[in-house]
Parts: sequence; structure tokens; C-alpha cells
Amino acid sequence: MNELMRKLLFLPEQGSAYATEVDRLHFFVITVTMVSAVAVAVVALAFFVKYKRRSERQTTPHVEPKAIHEVLFIAVPLTFFLLWFAIGFPLFVKLQTPPKDAMDVYVQGKKWMWKFAYPGGPSGVDVLRVPAGRPVRLLITSRDVIHSFYVPDFRLKQDAVPGRYSQTWFTASAPGRHQVLCAEYCGIGHSAMLAEIIAMEPAQYDAWLAETRRSTVATAQDSPEDRVDPRTSLSEQGRLLSGEYGCFKCHTVDGTRHIGPTWLDLYRKAEPLQDGKSVVADEAYLTESMMDPAAKIVAGYQNVMPTYQGRVPGPEIAAIVEFIRSLRTDAVRPEPSKGPVYVPVPGYDPTSAR
Amino acid sequence: MQPESYVAHHYPNLRQQEHAARLGMWLFLATEILLFAGLFTGYSVYRFLYAETFAQASEHLSVAAGTINTVVLITSSLSVALAHHLVQHGRGKAAALSLLVTLGFALVFLAIKAWEWTHDFHEGLLPGRFFTNAELTSTGAPMFFTVYFLMTGLHGLHVVIGMTVLAILMVLCWRGAYDHGYTTPVELGGMYWHLVDLIWIFLYPLLYLI
Amino acid sequence: MSQSLATTPPAPADAPAYNPRNYLNAEAGIASWLLTRDHKRIAVMYLVVTTLSFALGGFYAMLIRIELLTPGPTIMSAMSYNRMFTLHGVVMIFLFMIPAIPGVFGNFFLPLMLGARDVAFPRLNLLSLYLYAIGAAIAVYGMIHGGADTGWTFYTPYSTTTVTKVVPILLGAFVLGFSSILTGLNFIVTTHTLRAPGMSWMRMPLFVWSIYATSVIQILATPVLGITLLLVAFEHAFGWGIFDPARGGDPILFQHLFWFYSHPAVYIMVLPAMAVMSEVIQASARKNIFGYKAVAFSSLGIAFVGFFTWGHHLFTSGQSTLDAGIFGVLSMFVGIFTAIKVFNWTATLYEGAVKFTTWFAYFCGFLFFLVFGGMTGIALATVSLDIHWQDTYFVVAHFHFIMVGSVIMAWLAALHYWWPKMFGRLYPEGWGLVSAVLIILGFNATFIPQFLLGNYGMPRRYYSYPERFWPLNVASTAGASLLAFGFTIILVYLAISLRWGKVAGPNPWGSRGFEWDTLSPPPTENFLENPVYTRGPHDYTEAPEGAEVTHAT
Repeated sequence: MNELMRKLLFLPEQGSAYATEVDRLHFFVITVTMVSAVAVAVVALAFFVKYKRRSERQTTPHVEPKAIHEVLFIAVPLTFFLLWFAIGFPLFVKLQTPPKDAMDVYVQGKKWMWKFAYPGGPSGVDVLRVPAGRPVRLLITSRDVIHSFYVPDFRLKQDAVPGRYSQTWFTASAPGRHQVLCAEYCGIGHSAMLAEIIAMEPAQYDAWLAETRRSTVATAQDSPEDRVDPRTSLSEQGRLLSGEYGCFKCHTVDGTRHIGPTWLDLYRKAEPLQDGKSVVADEAYLTESMMDPAAKIVAGYQNVMPTYQGRVPGPEIAAIVEFIRSLRTDAVRPEPSKGPVYVPVPGYDPTSAR
Repeated sequence: MQPESYVAHHYPNLRQQEHAARLGMWLFLATEILLFAGLFTGYSVYRFLYAETFAQASEHLSVAAGTINTVVLITSSLSVALAHHLVQHGRGKAAALSLLVTLGFALVFLAIKAWEWTHDFHEGLLPGRFFTNAELTSTGAPMFFTVYFLMTGLHGLHVVIGMTVLAILMVLCWRGAYDHGYTTPVELGGMYWHLVDLIWIFLYPLLYLI
Repeated sequence: MSQSLATTPPAPADAPAYNPRNYLNAEAGIASWLLTRDHKRIAVMYLVVTTLSFALGGFYAMLIRIELLTPGPTIMSAMSYNRMFTLHGVVMIFLFMIPAIPGVFGNFFLPLMLGARDVAFPRLNLLSLYLYAIGAAIAVYGMIHGGADTGWTFYTPYSTTTVTKVVPILLGAFVLGFSSILTGLNFIVTTHTLRAPGMSWMRMPLFVWSIYATSVIQILATPVLGITLLLVAFEHAFGWGIFDPARGGDPILFQHLFWFYSHPAVYIMVLPAMAVMSEVIQASARKNIFGYKAVAFSSLGIAFVGFFTWGHHLFTSGQSTLDAGIFGVLSMFVGIFTAIKVFNWTATLYEGAVKFTTWFAYFCGFLFFLVFGGMTGIALATVSLDIHWQDTYFVVAHFHFIMVGSVIMAWLAALHYWWPKMFGRLYPEGWGLVSAVLIILGFNATFIPQFLLGNYGMPRRYYSYPERFWPLNVASTAGASLLAFGFTIILVYLAISLRWGKVAGPNPWGSRGFEWDTLSPPPTENFLENPVYTRGPHDYTEAPEGAEVTHAT
């Protein structure tokens, strides 16, 4: 029944502990709505058939309602409305009140990416790893305009308002991946402000957290210079930095076309420009495109990229360029590059998703 | 001219037309109050958020100037009421003089307000990003002056509009346009001026005293 | 002719079928229109400008739907798309839905229904129209210079920091607000002071009751929007920081002030639609309304409670759960007042003499959109469900059903029902029914997929979207093109009927609404003699005058 209604109404999977409860109320409301609408329609149709106009001079009696009619007209819908509210409000309070034992994650919305930080580290962009079955409290704020943290699978949404923290919580029912969308309009990147929640087996999550914390001890201060582990290779650092700066929102690394040109095989490629000329994508052009993106737009793309002038320190630019250089189909890479920071989730079968 | 000649074609009599005009004016005054209500709400919210800062910032305003202005405006309401009374008794020229006195008070009010604003400019007590005063450093202070300038500015605009209305009425009174028993325009102009006065009576304690 | 029970000396039996000396030809020349104080001419000018606005808003809507035809970029950039949906909202709400029914049909019929020769302040009425034109001109200036990309809700701090031309749009909306206030003020005073002898409050047509309730909201809510928009414009231009969190301001305060107007504004749009439908159902069923007092007072009830529900737009903003509860429960009561109307309208058919016309088709569509739009509104007010739906296409579909659906249905019903009275000629019934069916089906095909998209989790104002939302978006775009087609048909046949339509006569529908007592089109002074009322509206215990003279079909 639950599954049937869910599919009929195009609801996404029920990924959080309370999603089923929310949906149950949804089904109740929608059923009552349908039944009452059909009832009104049937009555109207019956009247229409029974009291069809027979002549153009037809008169009708003056009908005055009895008080009981109006009382019923008020009482019946009011009963249902208040019943829904009586179910919905306690549920809302539950949805708004994180359990005491919830683990905290700080969420910061920013044009157009989601930053996540665990108290004590680490922090990341656009990918939030959580243990399945454990309540997680999100403390949400924004750095610029209002965003809204929306996870359809969890039936969860909370506005990210600059200047204040708002909170919400969820418990992921099982290991899996869930898309995060921005639901409050925030400019040209609004619809690309996507992120992902990866729910992991608790044991694996703990291992992942411990491992990440160990390898990023030096980065706890979160200063731009040492956000990445200097011990990894330069191109690996570039890959991580590209994720941090949100480059992958617009640029792919697997050759598919997105908002910006793909990075795969970009290095030393001759790119046709809007003004008919072409340019070879060498180190100079790649750096210029980061600092002054509007200067040379590749034909067929919009001028939407923000400038990174003054936002990316020199060594990091070098790392990102090195990463782009490494993206060659014919090159032997130290590891396959498959987009941001996705790694396989243990116990999760991607073929079963949606 | 008989009062009846003022009746528009779609009214049965002058009494009903005057009733309509008065009702219309009351409704218009209600919209004016609600226009200010938005600012009063803003004031309340920020007063609640920054209670102490607002109290400190308020001390940078000149209570004396505010008090004098309050007295000036209340007196000007009296002279407007007097003008309506005079014109009802057919003394259009005297009413015009009374309106002239009102305009004088209004000018005094604006002059004092201008002096206050100049003073605030020199002290750097300005709204939002223009705030440069060194004594008040907490976050709420620029907000107090944002609210202060918005409220007194909007009120000042209403004073100017009211003065324009009263000036036109003054000229018409002087020419004897209302000497024949039809005095509704003077009454309505007076109502508007009373509203301008009334709003100030709320602004004064909120901005200067508490 | 039964003079005894009729009211005004109604159109006498020997009245000409087409009144040769009417308000349309009383004076000639452009200046006589631009300087007119006749409420009927002002109404006709409102009809022209609101129709143009509707076409402009519809044009933006079609561009939006075409852009959403594919998941990625289709015909425009993200920036253009953001401007499109902003302008679509601004034009449709401020230039079409708020002024359309009060400006056109309120202006034309409120005095006719009260037995008045004009509205209380005819010059102020003309000023309203000019303020509308000025506000529209400022807004159009803003659109030509790029237009805003903030959404019609102008949420801060986005609206105060965007580089687009948001200030002219804000000022345009501010001026339009003034126009709306003056119209409301005029209607309230007219209702209080210009009722003809015998027109007691309990004899007023339900149209007047609803327009009166609308006017109360216009007067009380619009000034708050005015000052709020002005504050945003100020902050955008000068950086005074009143809503800027970086300067200690509170962006949520903007949302409170904005929705304090904009939620009641929903009723500014819906109540006039209900006003029209209360007339249409009585004329269709040829019966007095089932519960006159219930319908009349529920309008006032909506106007009153509508002021205390704005917080239901802020359920996910971090509002306290207590506030959410209070606003949620109060929102339920607005639903109750609407339910009272729906049940009473349906019960009006009981023992009636129902005839299916184009305007009755629109009534059926209206009832459908109102019931579903209203019930989904109640569902949204059930706070825990709103968390999932807030800012998704579910909300978009909900308010298109309840506001846009009902306003368009009522606007078209009013156009068809009153067309013979306004212009003295009949529209072609067959084409009327065809386009009514097209529009009702098209509307459903456009917005039912959007309800499902919202369930599925697609947020609103998305330029591109994940591919799983694709099929439903294609369905929605297909429905929208059906809608556009339907509107085009109506525009064509109404324009043709203006000149070549069959002459209607004073009362082609056999309606006993008071506005039908005068000639078609009405003379400049509305009535040949001063009307006196001895019965309530839509009293069908006697045969309607003129019914045997003209057969409407």
C-alpha cells in the first residue's frame, strides 16, 4: 500500500526514519481530498441532471438554508482540517527537535555549493558522509544569500539564512546516496547547487572518519594554504582543491559537456573561441581563465564563471593546472579520476538507486 | 453660489457627498498609518534585538530639539483646527491667516529637523554603511540611525506634502472659495495635518525618550 | 413587464435591443477616453491594459516552459531564465491578477449593481488607472533595461545585492500598489454612500460583498508592501542595511513584512474571482444563492483571517515551532471560509433550472481548481508536510491552481457573462465552449504534472534539473501550449463579436442580477430613471424580464 501510493504520487524513496510517517499523513490528506472532491462533483452533476433548465421562462422557488446546513458545511471540513493538523503538528515538532544524542554537522550554504564541517574535522564540499541509523543534527547557515538545504529522500528542508544558524536533523535508514538540492532561489547557479549525502555503515563511517582525521591533522585550522595534505601528489592536491572550489559544478573530468567545457584532454587542446579565433589551452590560458573567465569564452558556452582572482593562492592554482594536465585519456594516471570525491560506499549497490 | 452647486452629478445631496468625502479621507489616513506601521514593526524588532544600543544611540539625539518640535507641531494642529472653525463661520480671510500661521510652524519644524540632521551628519550618525561615529561601536547603532532617518525622513516628506495641501487651501480660503457653507476641503486638509502631527507624537517618545 | 416587483424601471419592453446612445459612443475622440470620469469607460480601458499585461505575462510563461523542455540549457542562459520567471511573476501578479477583476468588472458593475451613477470619486478612479499605467511603464522600463532576477518575492539579501535592475521593478510595484489602494478606497466609499434607495446591506449582490472584502484587504495590506518594497529599493541603492545581516539587519523581517501583504494579496486576487462566480452560479442555476449570509460573511471572514496566516510561508525559515503551529491552525480557518462558499455554490443548483453555457463551463473549472487548489493549500498548512513541499513545484502548482486557475476562470466567465452588457453583442457560444474546454484541459495538463514534480522533489526556479524530472516537465510544457492556443481563440472571437456579433438585447441570459435591469450597453448615466430596489438580487420566483424576447443560444 505504502509503496503503491508512493509510486502513484511520484514521491522519492523514503530514506530517513521519519519519511514514512510524513508520507502516511500525505496519503491520508490526499485520499480525503480526492474523496471529497469526487463527492462534490457527483452531487453537482446529479443536481445538474435533475434540475436542467426546461424553458427560458422557468421560475424557481426561493430556497433558504436551515441553520443545520451551514453548521454542517463548517463542521465537516473543519473536523478534517483540524484532524490533519493534530497529526501534522506533533510530527512537525518531532522533525524540528533533534534527539539529544545526535551527532553535529555544520552546514554552510554559499553561492553555489554546500560546505560541510564536522566538529574536530574534517570539512568538505558537496559531499556529506554520515553513518546510517544514527541521528545527525545539521546546524545550517549561509555565507551570502538565503539558501535552503533540501533532501527530498529524507523529506527534509531547512533554510540557510545568513547571520543565523537554524537546525534540523535526520536519521538515514540505510546506507545509500541521497541528493541534496538548494530550494531557495539564490542566483544563476541555483539549480546547480547540488550536493550528496552518503550514508555509510556505522563501522565503516567510524573508520573513514578516523582515517580522514589522521591524515588531515595539519589542516584543522582550515586556512587556504594548507587545506590539502602536502604529502600527496600535486595533481591529487589539485583534484581535491577543484572539489573545494566547486569547479566540478560546471566542469566534468570524463569528457561530457556541462556548464563549462570538460577538463578531459583539455590541456594543449586548441579551443575555438566565441569571436572565431582559437586558443591553445596551455598553462597561461588555464590560469587566465580562472582569474579573468570572461576574457576568452570557448564557443558555445555562457559567460557564467565567477572570477577566482584573489581567492586562490598561487600554489593552489599550480595544483589545479597540474590536475588538468593529468587528465589525458592517453596518459597513465595514478588513479582513475571520476569526479569530485566520490568513493564507493560499502554495502551500497548503485544499480538499485532510483 | 449655493452649497448645492458643489454636488456632483452622482450624489443625491451635499450631505451624502460630504459623508463620502470624509469616509474616503478616514480610509486614506488608515493606509497612511499602515505605511508607517511597517517602519514601526522594524523599529520594534531591532529595538528588541539591540535594546541597549538603541538606548545609547537615542542619547545622541537632542531631546530639546525633539521636544520643541513636538510643541511646535501640536500648536500647528491647533491653528489648523482654528482655520476650519473660522471658515465654517464664513471668515475665509481669517482662516487663510490661521493656515499661514500653521505653515509657519511647519517651517520651524522642518528647520529644527534640518539642524538636527546636519548635526548628525557631522557626528557621523548616519544609516548603514555611512555610519562613522567612533563613540558608538556596537552593531545595532547604525541600525538605529537607519530606522531614525527612515522614520523622520518619511514623516518629513509627509510634512512637506501637508504643507503643499495647506498652502493651496490657504490661497483658496483667501479668495473666498469656502465662504458659502461648503468647507469640506478645509476639513479634510486639516485631518491630514492632524495625522502628520499624530505620527510625530508616536515617533517622538520612541526615538528621543526611551 | 412586471413593474411592481422590479426594481429599477428595468429595460422597458419596447427598449431597443442595442442601446443607440450608450457610454461607448456618448463622446468621441481619444481625449474623451483619456479624460473620462465614467466608471464604465475606465473599466474598458482597464480591460485593454490588463489583457495586454496578461499577454506579456503569458509570453514570459511560454518562454519559461520552453526552456524547461530539456533538463539542460534549451533556449536561453541561466540569467535570462531567472529574469523570465521574475518578470512572469511580477507582470501576472501586479499587472494582471490584482487589478484585473476589480479594475474591469468591479469598476463596471459595482455602481450598476448598487443603483449608483458612478463610483464615489470618479476622478480618483481615473487617477488609479493612470497610476497603473505609470507603475506599468516604470516596470517595463526596468524590463527593457535587463529586468530583475530576484523572483517576484524579492527575498533579501539576494534582492539587495543583485546587479540586475531591481529598483525600477520595485518602484513600479510600489506605484501599482497605490493604484490598488485608491481603487479599494473608492469601492468601499461607493458601497457605503451610493447605494440606491431600497438597497440595504442584505440586498447587495454577492459580487459587491466580495469586492468590498477585497477592498478592505487592499487598503490595509498594500501600504505595508509599499513601505517594504521601498526599503528594499533603498537598501539596494544606498546600502542602509535594514535587511542586511552583515549590518545587523534581519532578512527574515523582510519575509514577515512581505508576506503580511502578499498572503492577503492572494485573497485580493481570489475574492474577486469568488465575487464573479457567486453571480455566475445564480444566473446559471437561475436560483437565489443557497446561503446568502453565509457566502457574504465568509468573504469578510477570509479578509479578516487572511491577515493572520502569513507565517505559513516561513515554516522552513527557522521560525519557532509555536509560531508555525499558530499560523498553521489559522490557515485552516481560511480554508473553512472557502469550504462554506464551495458547499453553498453547489447547493445553489438544488431545485434550480441549470443551463450549460460557456460561463457555466468556467464555473465548473473554477470549482475544480478551487477545491484542489484549496485542499492542497490546507495540506501545505499541515506543517510537517510543508517541509517537503516548501519551495518545490508542488507550491508552484498549488498557487497556480488556487490563484491563477480561479482568477482566469472567473475572468473568462465574467468576460463571457457580462460581454453582452458591456458591449451589447453576443459572443459565439460554440467557439466559447470549445475554448473553455481547451483552457480547462490545458491548465490541468500544465499544472497536475507540476504537483507530481513537487512530490518528486524538484525545487522551483530551477534553470536546469536532474534528468529524472524530465518527462513530467515535457507534459507540463505540452499543457501550456494548449492553454496558449485556447486564449488565442478567445481573443479572436471576442474581437470579431465586438463588431459582427449578434445584438444581445438588455438581458440575453434572463438573469435577475440588478446590472441587467439597464440597457445594453448602458447609457453614460447608467439608468434612465433613478432606481429603487424592492427585492434582493437573483430572485427567480418570478420569470426574468426579457427572457422570452431574446433567446441566448
